[in-house]
This record gives sequence, C-alpha cells and structure tokens, in this order.
Amino acid sequence: MSRESQITAVKPRSPLGGALAGFCGRIEAILVGDDKSGLPPDELERRLIELGFVEGARVEILHEGAFGRDPIAVRVDHATVALRRREAMAILVT
Amino acid sequence: MTITADPAWHFALVGTPNSGKTALFNALTGKRQKVANYPGVTVERKSGALKTPSGRVITLIDLPGTYSLRARSPDEEITRDVVLGRLKSETAPDLIVCVADSTNLRLALRLVLELKRVGRPLLLVLNMFDIAAKRGVKIDIARLAAELGVPVVTSVAVRRGGTEELLRRLDELAPGCANATVASTWQAPDSAELRAAQRQADAIIRSTIHMPAPDTLTAKLDAVLLHPVAGLAILFLILFVMFQAVFSWAQPAMNLIADGFATLGAFTHSTLPAGLLQSFIENGVISGVGSVVQFLPQILILFLFILLLEDLGYMARAAFLMDRIMGGAGLHGRAFIPLLSSFACAIPGIMSTRVIDNKRDRLTTILVAPLMTCSARIPVYTLIIGAFIPDRLIWGWASLQGLVMFGLYTAGIVSALGVSFIAKFVFWRDDPSPPFMLEMPDYKLPRPKSVLIGLFTRAKAFLTRAGTTIFGMMVVVWFLASFPRPPVGAAGPAINYSLAAMIGRAIHPLLAPLGFNWQISVALIPGMAAREVAVAALGTVYSISGGAEAAQQIGHVLAGQWSMATALAFLAWYIFAPQCASTLAVIKRETGSWKWMAVTFGYMMALAYIAAFATYHIAVALGAG
Repeated sequence: MSRESQITAVKPRSPLGGALAGFCGRIEAILVGDDKSGLPPDELERRLIELGFVEGARVEILHEGAFGRDPIAVRVDHATVALRRREAMAILVT
Repeated sequence: MTITADPAWHFALVGTPNSGKTALFNALTGKRQKVANYPGVTVERKSGALKTPSGRVITLIDLPGTYSLRARSPDEEITRDVVLGRLKSETAPDLIVCVADSTNLRLALRLVLELKRVGRPLLLVLNMFDIAAKRGVKIDIARLAAELGVPVVTSVAVRRGGTEELLRRLDELAPGCANATVASTWQAPDSAELRAAQRQADAIIRSTIHMPAPDTLTAKLDAVLLHPVAGLAILFLILFVMFQAVFSWAQPAMNLIADGFATLGAFTHSTLPAGLLQSFIENGVISGVGSVVQFLPQILILFLFILLLEDLGYMARAAFLMDRIMGGAGLHGRAFIPLLSSFACAIPGIMSTRVIDNKRDRLTTILVAPLMTCSARIPVYTLIIGAFIPDRLIWGWASLQGLVMFGLYTAGIVSALGVSFIAKFVFWRDDPSPPFMLEMPDYKLPRPKSVLIGLFTRAKAFLTRAGTTIFGMMVVVWFLASFPRPPVGAAGPAINYSLAAMIGRAIHPLLAPLGFNWQISVALIPGMAAREVAVAALGTVYSISGGAEAAQQIGHVLAGQWSMATALAFLAWYIFAPQCASTLAVIKRETGSWKWMAVTFGYMMALAYIAAFATYHIAVALGAG
C-alpha cells in the first residue's frame, strides 16, 4: 500500500509510448530503460535529443498507425516526428 | 582531380534533412553541377560552381543532410569528414553554409551551435523565408546573429532573386575566410552536451523568434493522409494511379518514338544497298536502340511521380503508414523510400539504402530491392501484356492490361515482403529490430525547377545507358544472330545457323520446362547487361528471322509464335529477373561482400525458375498451352 502511493507520489509521469492519440503534455525526463530497442541506451537517448525530445518540450500525439496504434506521429514543439511506441517508452511525460 | 591547383573558394552546404538544401543548391548552381562519388565509398558527391555578383567563382559542395556531426551512417560520415577537413581527397571548406528551414529552426540551431565548435567560418541561411513570413514567423535576424555569434542571411531558394542577398553575403565573407579558421574543438557530443545545446538553442529561439501556431494546412492534410484507414487507402490509390499513368499516359509519346524509329529504319532500308551493313544499321542499331528508347516516356512519368511525392513531403508520410506493415516483414519504415526508388531502378534504390543507418535493416533492404519492379522491366511487361492481354475495360473503367501490370507489381512487392520475412529468421533471428525515427516535414508545393532538374538527370542517365551499354549489347546480339552466315542454299531463316541459335539451344534444355523456346533463351543472355535489353534482343532475333516488318511489330510476331502459357511464364520469370548484372555489381559494391551478391543471385534465380515453372504448368493445365 505504502509502496503504491510512493510510486504515484514520485512519478505522476508516464511514458509517452503508452499514451493515446490526442495526448498533450510536457517532457519530464528521457530515461532509457532496458526496452529491447535495437540501439544501446546511450545512443537512443542521444538520438531522441537530436530530434528535439528534451526535458521541458511540449509534446502532443497527433496520429497513430493503423496496426497496434503504432508508430505514432508526435508534435515536439513546432516539429513533427514519427517514431515507434517502443522507443517512445523512454520519453517520460506529464 | 585538379582541386588543389584551383584557386577558387570552396564552400560546403550543411543542413538538417528537409531544410531545402538541395533546392538551394539547385538554385545557386543551376545546371553547372557535377555528380560523382567520394573515392572508396558510394556516397554521392554533388558539387557545382556559382558566380557571386563581383565575379568570384565559388565551388559549392552539397553534403548529405544531418542533425549532428556525430555520424551514424556512411552519408553522415562524409558530412562530418568534409566539414572537419578530414577527407584527403577533398579541400577543406573555406566556409560552412548551414541551411535551415525558417519554419522549423529548433533542431537546426542546435546543429549551428555544434558547427561553431569546428572553428571554420560559418554562415546560417534561413531558407524558405517566404513561407515562414506568410505563416507569421517573426525572426529578429540581427539579434539571432548576435546570440549565435554567426552571420545570418535569409533566402528563398525557389524564387527568382530569392538568393541575391545570400550571394552578396558570400561575396562579403569570402575574402576573410582564408585565414579565419581556428583550431577545431569539436568532439562527438554526449547526451548531456546535446541537452545543454538544445536548451541553449531553445533559449535563443524564445528571445529572437516568434512562432505562431503550427501549419494548419499540414495538420488538416495529415488528418486525412495519416488516418489509419483513409491514409492507407489513399497511399494505395496513389500507387494505383501511378501505375495506370505509367501504362496509359505514356502511350501516345511511346507510339510517336516507335513510329520515328520505324520511319528511320524504313529510310535506312530503302537507302542502303541490301547486305550486311544494311542489316547492321537497320536491325542491329535502329530497331535495337529504338525498342529501348521508346520507354523513356514511361520512365519519366514514374520519376515525375516519385519526385513530386518527395518534394511534397509525402514520402515521410508513406514511410509512417508503411512502417508497421513493412516492420512485420522485418523491414524498416525508412526502407520504403529506397524500395520505392527501386521501382525506377534497383541501382539508385540500393544506393539510397544508405539513409538506413542500421546494418541489418540495410542488408535486408538491399536483398529485396531488386524484387521491386524496376523500369527496365516495363519494356518487357508492356511488350508481353500488349501482345497477349486483350485491350479492354473491366468494370467499365479499369484497363485489363493496366490491371495485369498492377498485379505484376503487386507480385514483386509481396515476394519482397516474403523474402525479407524469411531473411529475418535465417540471418537475424536474435537481433532486436532497430528504431524507426523520422521527422515529418510540413507539406510544400513541389518546385517545378527542382523537379525538372531531377527529371533531366534521369532522362540523361537513361539515354546514356541506351546509347552505350545497350547499344554495345545490341551490336553483340546482332553479331551473334548474324554469324556465322548460313550455308548457300540453306533452308529456313538465317538466324537458325547463327551463334545465337547455338547458345540458345545449349541452355534451352534448362529453360524448356518453363515453356521457353530457344529465342527466349537467347534473349535472356544479353538481358544480363540490362533487363530491358531482352526486348531489344527479342526484336533483333525475330526481325532477323522474320524481316523488316516484324521488327516494327515484335509484339505481333510474339503473339503468333508464343503460347499464352509461355507468355505468362515469361512474365513470371521477369517478376524476379535475376539476370541484371549491374544490380549484382552494385550489391557487391554496397555490401562489400561477394556473399550477399551470391545470396541475392541465388534466391532470385530459384524464385524465377519456380514461379515460371508453376505459371507455365498451371496455364497449360488450364488450357492456355
């Protein structure tokens, strides 16, 4: 019980990869876990940053693919980036 | 190269993907462009000359687009090495011209901050400034230049006079460039440095740029074009229209070219005395080259579609829509563009797989690219379909011939997906698939000038090929089909005594189970040089055996000599058409290994044989033998 409340207290943030189309929010952190992405965690983090996924940036999920709602098209500030949900799990948003 | 002896200035164009860099390069250099390769690698080197208002001649190099100098693909390595002056064959640029899309500066400004560390003189070009102004983007240019510590100039690559200001600034900056380079402090940034740089760029944007709401037109279009159902339907509709267009719009122009060559052939026939020379010019040269050149209109229409979709910004959307479908088959969404280019020709397609930075994805794409129906198969398909498939409408609007064509293309795509799916299990069972991340640019109206320059380049390449490789092969085929001469008083067509007949008959037993006659066996040999040569070879083989009239109507002759089953088996063989030597050569070069070349050749040969065999026997069983 106390553990559960701790989790919600520490992170009301959730991964962008789990959000649905229409989601609007702000990036809290880029945190690459062991998500079986094809890239080493550090490389994935750098690529996400190079595409503008930086803490504080506004994000909005504009579109989803037809199969498994994947990939997603995300507005990051004023640009639109397509990526798969698996990689978007590393983007924590509120 | 004489670059070292050249006193002119060398400037390099760098920029993020979709910054309009190539349009700017085209606007600045026009047709004074040279396309070559960097030595040792297969990255295209595009350079061109431009003259500033004061008469200074500047060599401009267009570098592959990148978000960072942290190279992740062979293309980006070239950009990094040229910018850093590490490439021995290349003069280090006197000035780095960083091109940015004025409507989308966030990532570009981070790149500028990174480029500053290189220590070379730097100029930031705010490209597409007209679109930004129209959309209400307000940029305090003087302040932006001050905060970045880099001179800034605006440009509109696509409008006349839109680059005047840029040219003037290049003139101003050129004299100071020579001695302005300081030691480079660049090193590959880690994630903390990238974050810090992006934050700095964001702070500069906040203080110097007013960004209005995002492009509403793009948002409205995307609501439809990226819709899970409607978007896919529209994508397939576009592809369907594309193939109908290739098949029917090109017809009048093709007839015109065919008539032209026929007239030329008839003129030669009546002017030159009968004999070997007449036969060589008429049957070897004119009918051979003519039967290939007449496909120029189809190739141009196909490239017109590809270039328009690319300039429109639709290609990234197509990759988005196709990612999951292709991902299921083990392909990367980004493979869509190389595979789409492979519809024109597998060679540029395979070369453009360089945009895929992951080796595994790249190899899979290379492996299946030759299965995309390249334009060299169009002559073969058109010929056989025209001769054997009735020209009528079904459902009142769709041409049956067009539908068969569409079916052949679909068969190629389906087999490509199948092969890559199998490759995933054979070669890369334990590897997790790498990410798909792609910026989607705002929609933009294609620029006629850019599209025309693109079309011009393709037409030139095709005609050069027709004039050299194909012409050479035609001479060989004519020779094989004409010598040795038949003995005096021999019965039957002369070609039956020729070398070609001997070779054809030698490999015929292997191909007979597919319903192929020896003429087809002969035509497949020169088809190795280029797939479309098979048509010209058939023309030569049949025109020499059937007289001048036959040369003008290869299709008519084939319809009389082949059974429907043979024709369909031939089409099935050409879905795979494993015998294109230049494709195999480019696979060897791009993968740097004989293994992948052998794998490609082997699996395509096997599939072609099985498909043709099955088609022939099913057709015979159904009574088309």
